[in-house]
Amino acid sequence: MHLASLGIVLYAFWLLLSGYFEPFLLAAGAGSALAVVLLSRRMHIVDREGHPIQMIASVLLYWPWLIKEIFKCAWDVSRIILSPSLPISPVLVRFKPTQKSQVGLTTHANSITLTPGTITVEATQDEFLVHGLTRTAGAGVIDSEMDQRVSKVEGYR
Amino acid sequence: MSMALDILSWFCMLAGGVFCAIGAFGLVRMPDFYTRMHAASITDTVGAWLLLLGMILQAGLTLIAVKLLMIALLLLFTSPTATHALAKAARARGLQPLLAPGEDPSKP
Repeated sequence: MHLASLGIVLYAFWLLLSGYFEPFLLAAGAGSALAVVLLSRRMHIVDREGHPIQMIASVLLYWPWLIKEIFKCAWDVSRIILSPSLPISPVLVRFKPTQKSQVGLTTHANSITLTPGTITVEATQDEFLVHGLTRTAGAGVIDSEMDQRVSKVEGYR
Repeated sequence: MSMALDILSWFCMLAGGVFCAIGAFGLVRMPDFYTRMHAASITDTVGAWLLLLGMILQAGLTLIAVKLLMIALLLLFTSPTATHALAKAARARGLQPLLAPGEDPSKP
């Protein structure tokens, strides 16, 4: 199941990047995709974590929300940069994320870092250490809506 | 129709350029390493995406648009990873962030 979907994704990737549809190149693409699938299987990286197809549908719903959040925060940080008094109040906050799997924790940590104004400095199973540009930005990551949404995307509950 | 698309595309590219400039300006203005990274993250999220969106609108429904979309997706995964690696490396080397008055650096 995971192997087949990985093969299809790789072949589609090849076709879209090459843009040539001659028999030789189509066959070469199929061969390359197959080789990569076999190598990945040998490395034992084709599983729920390495190729998380269970997340595709929910992540497509999550991304638009994340992009909207990023634009909102980018606007706030831009205003801070351009204001003459530079009103920053940098903080470090620690909190416990609710995700269960490694891929869920990675998604959450990367989402925090992507959002301007907050950066994940340390990420472990039990604790995230986040640097916030302002007190409000720092406090905003604790038990946030983002946390709940990523846990939903992860699909364990 | 193509006029409207052109205007939208130019607006996106212009806005992307402005956000990149704001990010660069913030990089110079911010007081320490960690706060500078916040400014840089505007450039590689909103700035880069708006530029790419403008180019996608110029390309129309072609393979070039698909490739530009792939670049945007690549940025969505790689830029936070790089930022996190940078912040973690700085902290591992013992670089203490400059904190707001009243914040205790040893506590968190």
